[in-house]
Order: sequence, then structure tokens, then C-alpha cells
Amino acid sequence: MKILICISDVPDTTTKIKFTNDNKELDQTEIQWIINPWDELALTRAIELKESLGEKIESITVINVGPAGSEPTIRKALAMGADNAIRVDADPKESYFVAYQLAEAIKSRDFDIILAGLDSADYNGASVGGMMAELLDMPSVSAISALNIENGKVFINREIEGGTQKLEAQTPFVAIVQKGIAIEPKIPAMRGIMMARTKPLEVVAPANADCLTENIVYELPQPKGACRKFTEENVNELVDVLHKEAKLI
Amino acid sequence: MNFEFTEEQKMIRQAAKDFAERELLPDVIERDTRSEFPAEHIKKLSELGFLGMMTDLKYDGGGMDTISYVLAMEEISKIDSSVSVVMSVCNSLVNWGIEKFGSEKQKEKYLRPLASGQKIGAFLLSEPEAGSDATKQRTIAEDKGDHYLVNGTKNFITNANCASTYIVIAQTDPEKGHKGINALLIEKDAPGITLGPHDDKMGMRSSDTHSVMFTDVKIPKENRIGEDGFGFKFAMQTLDGGRIGIAAQANGIAAGAFERALNYSQERKAFGTEIGNHQAIAFKLADMAVKIENARNMCLKAAWLKDQNKPFGYQSAMAKLYCADIAMEVTTEAVQIFGGYGYMKEYHVERLMREAKLTQIYEGTSEIQKIVISRSLMK
Amino acid sequence: MTLLVYAENREGKFKKATFELLSYAEELAKSINADVIALSVNEISPDELNKLGHYGAKKVVSVTDEKFALLDNKLYTSMIANLVEKENAEIIIFPDNLTGRALAPRLSAKLKAGLVSGVVSAPSSYDPFVIKKKVFTGKAFADVKVSSAIKVLTLSQNSFGIKDPSGDTPQIEDFKAEAVSEKSNIKLLSVDKITGKLLLTDAEIVVSGGRGMRGPENWNMIEELADVLGAATACTRPVSDEGWRPHDEHVGQTGKIIAPVLYIACGISGAIQHIGGISSSKVIVAINKDPDAPIFEVADYGVLGDFKNVLPELTKAIKEIKGS
Repeated sequence: MKILICISDVPDTTTKIKFTNDNKELDQTEIQWIINPWDELALTRAIELKESLGEKIESITVINVGPAGSEPTIRKALAMGADNAIRVDADPKESYFVAYQLAEAIKSRDFDIILAGLDSADYNGASVGGMMAELLDMPSVSAISALNIENGKVFINREIEGGTQKLEAQTPFVAIVQKGIAIEPKIPAMRGIMMARTKPLEVVAPANADCLTENIVYELPQPKGACRKFTEENVNELVDVLHKEAKLI
Repeated sequence: MNFEFTEEQKMIRQAAKDFAERELLPDVIERDTRSEFPAEHIKKLSELGFLGMMTDLKYDGGGMDTISYVLAMEEISKIDSSVSVVMSVCNSLVNWGIEKFGSEKQKEKYLRPLASGQKIGAFLLSEPEAGSDATKQRTIAEDKGDHYLVNGTKNFITNANCASTYIVIAQTDPEKGHKGINALLIEKDAPGITLGPHDDKMGMRSSDTHSVMFTDVKIPKENRIGEDGFGFKFAMQTLDGGRIGIAAQANGIAAGAFERALNYSQERKAFGTEIGNHQAIAFKLADMAVKIENARNMCLKAAWLKDQNKPFGYQSAMAKLYCADIAMEVTTEAVQIFGGYGYMKEYHVERLMREAKLTQIYEGTSEIQKIVISRSLMK
Repeated sequence: MTLLVYAENREGKFKKATFELLSYAEELAKSINADVIALSVNEISPDELNKLGHYGAKKVVSVTDEKFALLDNKLYTSMIANLVEKENAEIIIFPDNLTGRALAPRLSAKLKAGLVSGVVSAPSSYDPFVIKKKVFTGKAFADVKVSSAIKVLTLSQNSFGIKDPSGDTPQIEDFKAEAVSEKSNIKLLSVDKITGKLLLTDAEIVVSGGRGMRGPENWNMIEELADVLGAATACTRPVSDEGWRPHDEHVGQTGKIIAPVLYIACGISGAIQHIGGISSSKVIVAINKDPDAPIFEVADYGVLGDFKNVLPELTKAIKEIKGS
């Protein structure tokens, strides 16, 4: 079985977000880039499967749409345990554009399961996996919180509004994963880090793709007013305020 | 000159940081209070390859440079030096010593399981009556033809219980003085080796420190590292490298305390504003930052020299001296910034201060470093 | 021209979020002189379907074919795309929840229609079409321009509000989606349904606990408070990582992002990743013994104290109000 994981690089989730150029662009000066947390969990699960199933998982490939500057993120994925990587050499402008690039790069290749994160910690499109699946005319299952392979069959749990379904899925398909797929992202081992540079990283030219959306301006949330504080002794007053002033309870 | 870290070095630093924050931070205070050895944590650390980072890939090590090791040591030490001291002993004393001076057979048998993290090593030099003056070894390795018979006591031995492989420094020919000393490899479970009780320490309380007694312990001759009488030189050269690790550890302790103090200064309010806005605190923070920046540069320079195969003993002694001293200063100031809270265990800085003290003492006290430095100046 | 709203139901009843979607769609429809059509999938009582009209749908399209019993992203997308074409829909609106996130991206690619997910307000202009959404996991907003003729939106919950149900009875129409003939690639083995319990993402009030709760044994206090408030319970990431609470309760950047009317944070220090998941809450109440906890920076009301003292008091006082 061959597994592909789509990865993007996003600002570290602890980063304070700032904008420049009249709030038209993200201020990248103090940003540390990381693998999108959802994608990192997807990759972690793929590696876990390979560790437990051995040769039944023939290969783990990661693919990224990004400029050369995103290669450290790709190398991190290789250090964690991916076998090889593909980078589509394009600036990831918006979801449809990225999904189109991915689909073009993937369609001539052969994968059984394509993993994508449910959301991304940058522009929160929650969209690339589903768009790519449609462009590949491949089935997709969303919000997967567990993925197992037994005797060549793929079993998944997916969260739906109001519950969890246990499903058997036929391959090939696009698995759009969320938290729970793996507990914590894998920390790369020292040997993995040193071997990352020796693993193949194929750079492919981008296809001609349209952009359907454009972020024209950003804004930060309005700062909150001062917090009105109460003590253990006057909890009743708080309840009174919530009831009478704020009318919330 | 290039001050930029490589992609791999950055990745290693991040991996160490993630490991420390995720695995070590949650229970570090409890472990310290109970003097509990972090066995599970060390197992995970070894699986990730942190114990054999610098050993060549062909012996199942990580094949990394000293700079990578320094970055990892610093990140782990920001959280828990009882763990980083295990890394330090394994990487820079035991593994490096065997790789640099051991025979091919010794490397196959001893280095491989150490470098891959399956086994832990310990370095047995200090004695009850031979600390700073390591030439006066009372542990005797009597030459019995095909083997040595070892008798004596080593103390303050890090990893004494968790290690499987010991390098023991012992006197074979007292008449030759330090030129009669040998370094011998031995398995901990060899007959005649007994451990004293766990040492109850001021800081790094959960590291595994014991005295080790040798009673008629037989060590085959083939387990001697290098020629007969090479032991003292072996110990001194190994310690030169070890100092870089301790300097990095000291920097981690200082940086850990500094980061906490900096955050606290931006949150805690007094006299109507965050305490960081008061010059008394702001200047303290500035002084601390300068010291840490200096200390890091010294430590990295020593590491760089070692990586370039250039002499580094002088710089590593300077780094060890300076980094340990500023670790003590910075952690003390961090406790001061936290005020009453700083004196409480919950806020970590008092523990870091206790840990800092040890970096001025072990692997050559600050005074010994000054001897090394001044001798280099006047040779 | 029409606006198509995906009207989601749970156990035979339409969700509040659906009515919010319709209220929102009606507002948009007024501005562009269009009609709102609601799409309902699976068997629903006529009374319920009529409600869609009360909240703004002129027409309700009901799909009850067996082949859509199980949510299959690809099949559903084909069906919805057929409907979009048939009804000449120009804007398609989904809830920003698991269902919307499963379907909207596929539909967007199929129709080559720009997608904006996590929309928080009505468009600021229609030509060009510009609309505001959450980005950086709630830490900022972006105005997004959509250049395609058809647009797909997912609407953040509790960001718009629900209008009074004053609309007319809608025209109800069955839709067969005969053109969809493929087979699903998934087979349902079992379902673990959350029944009777308020869903976290649907809840107007959420009571949440962090590491400061010190252990799972103290969660009964959270549950009791949630009970009297009719609230859902939630937790921070460390809490779910420790296994004190299930993962589906994790709220934060990498967990669920919620926007309740009232969020009560107990023993939560307020790490930036957690704040990202709750910052759209209308009112935040924080209970923490550490006066410097960053949660107080984002809270509207705070109680400085030990949860062990505060929570029972709070529960008791609210019970009294509810009782009177």
C-alpha cells in the first residue's frame, strides 16, 4: 500500500499574528514555520502504520505546494519518517490553486490512501483535501479520527455532527483527518534528521491554475475591555450580573 | 564566519525542545522532590538517539557534530538537567572516549550498543580522596598477566546504577605516577562490583548518582583503552570535550530561568504596571540576556573548534568556567525577579538555581578550569 | 437567481445552526433580489420542513433517496451540483461544521466556485463579492474577494443570529438526483451516536476545564454547573491529551473552534492556542486562582479563586435564579 500525505507549512501556533503593508500582508519577520498540525498528525499516523505493518506499507510520500523556502518543512517530514517527497514549485496562493496543483502532480501517480489535514492553521480554508479529491474524481472521507489497516482492508472512524461512525473504506481514497488520528506528532529521531537530506525530494513545475479567491485585507480582533473581577466571596454578584445585566442566564 | 545554524541543527534543537516540553516538563518538579530517576524518559530519549548523537553513523550513532549536541543539551537542560547529565556522560565522555581511542573490537562490542541507545555508559574517575587532583588515583588495577584485578572506590558516579558499561580509571603502576594510570572498560554486572546508596543531592536530584566499590574485579587486558599507561591522558582529553557539554548544560539552565523570568516580568504587576516596566527589573533582564548571549557564543566556539579538529581544550575550559558562573548568576537573579514565588518549587527557578551550582563543581571545578586556562596562557 | 442553503438536521429535527443559516441567507437574498432554497437530505416530517420556510426559505428541496442515507462526500457533491444547476443557484451556504467542511470544498472544486469558509458576517460588497472570514485559527480576520460567478460559503456558528420565524410556508419539492449513479466507497459498520447530549459546537453556553482542575475526579463540578445552565462541556488540549476527557471535547486551535454566547473557563490559564478556539465567544467568564493568568486578558468577567470553592457556589446561585 502506498500512502501520500499533503503537507503545508504554517506559522507556529504560538506565533502572535501581525500584518504589514496596510494590513494587506502577513508580517513574516518573526514567524517560525512548522508543518501544519493536522498534516503532522496525518504523517505521524502513516509512520505508525508503517512501523506496525512493515513492508505492507510500501512507501510514505509527502507532497507540498510551495517555494524553495518551504523545504525545511519538507525535510522535517522526511526526518520524521517519510520515504520521499514531492514539491510543486509554486507560491500557495489560495485553496483552489493549491488543490489544483496537488491534483495535477498526483494524477499520474499511484497512491492507495491520500491523507490531508482537515484544516490549516493559517488561512483556515479547511478545503484543500476535499477540493483535491474532487479534482482527482476520487472519493473522500472527512473528519477521520482513526485509521487502521487489517488484512489489506482500511477501517476508519469519522466524526459526524452528533456522533462517530466506524466505516470500511475502499481504496484509493482521500482521507481528510483531524485530531485523534494520532495522539501527538512524532519527534524526529537523530538518525532520521541526518538521513533526511539523503532522501529523494522531487521538484515539479506548477500547472496553469486559476485563483478563485483573494485575501484583500486583514484585521485583528478588537481588544477586549477590562475584565470585571469578582472574588470567591461574591460569586453571587457575578451571577446577578450575568442574569440581569448581560441577560445570559 | 557564519553564525547561521544548518537546517539539521535547527531541526535537532526543535526536536530536543519538543521532547523536553512534552515529556520532561510535566513531572520534573515531582521527580526532583522524590529524587526519582527518570527511567522512562531516558528510554524515550535513547530511542530518539540523543544518547549517541555524535557517534559515527557506522557505529549506529547519529553522526552529528558537536554544535548539534550543544543545541540539544541546552534545550533539554532548560527543563531538566537530571536528564541532560545522562546525555552528557553518554555522549561526550563514554561514547566519544571509546570512539576516539578504543580498538575496533571495543567499538563493535561496547560502542555500538551505547551509540544506538540500547545501553547507557558511566565514567568512573572521581574518588573519595581524588577529586580535582585526578593524578592521585587510589583505585588499583593490578596487572595479573592476562587481566587486571581492580580494587578501590569511586564516588559521585553519574549513571552508576542505570549504566551497563563503565569506563573506570585506575592506577596500575603507582611508581609511574599519572603515567601508570589505565582506562578500562567493564560491564557493571561483573562480579565484585557493588553500589553505595543513591546520593541525596542539592540539585539534579533525580540523576542516578552513587559510589561504586570494586573488590577483586577481573578485567581482561583487551578491555584497556589505548596503550598501557594511557589512562590519565585519556581522562584529560575526554574531559576537555565533556566541558563543552557542561557549558551547554549551564547555558540551558540559565536560559530556562531567564525565559521564565522574562515571561513573569511581562505578566506580574506591581505599583500599577508589569514589573518588567520597572527599571530595576528591566536592567536585570538586560544583564542576564547579555551574559547568556556571551556564554552561548563561547560554548559554540569551543564546539566549532572541536568539529574542525582544532585544539579546543583552552576554549572549552573557558566556556565551562564562564557558562557555569553565569548560570549561577542568572538563576539567582531569576529567583529574585520572581520574589517569594521564586522561592517556591512550583515556579521552577529555585530548582534551576540548585542545578546551576553543580555546573561550577563537576567535570572540573571552576578553579580547575582556571588552572587549565592559566597554564595554556603561560605555556 | 437563487441562494441554496444546506439545511442540516439531527435526529429528525433541524438544528439551530440551520435556522441561523436561513436567516443569514434571507438577508443576502434581499440585497441581491434572489430567492432562498433550502436543501434537506433524508426523511423529515412536513412540519419540520415547513419550519425552513418560517426562517426564510421560499422553497424546500427534499432528498429522501436511500443512496444518500449515509454521508458520502462524493455522491452528495454530485447531487448538490445537479441541484445548483437545476435551480440556477449562485450562492451556496453550508454550516461551518463537520458536514459543511466535508461537502463545501468538493462542491467548490466541482463548480469551480470560490469557497470562503468560516464566514462571520454578510458580504461587505456584492460586486466585487467581498466577505469576512476567520483566519489564523481565530487570531485574525480577512476580507476575501471571490472572483468566480458561483460562490460557496460556510458560515461560522453564532456569528449572525436567528431571525423571528415569521416567513410563509414554503413550497416543498422532492428531488430525485437520478444523475447520481455511482457507488459509495464506504460501508457503515457501526455508529456511536451522542444522544440526548448537547453538542459542543451547537451549544450556546459552554463550561470548560483546564489542567488547573487538577484531575478528572473534579469534573463533576463542571458537569453540575453545565447541567443547571443547559450547557455543553469542553476542555483544553492538555486535558484531552492526559485522557481526563475525550478528544471530542478539546477546544482550541487544533481541536474545535467554538463561538458560544457564554464560555465559562475553569482552571484554564489561557494559552494562545486555547484562546484561538474560543475568542469568538460573545462573553467569557474565567475562574482561576492565578491573578496573572492570561485568560483574564480575554475574559469579560473573572473570579479570582479556587474552582473548588467557586464552582459549587456558582452552581448553587444559578440554581436559585432558575428556580425562582
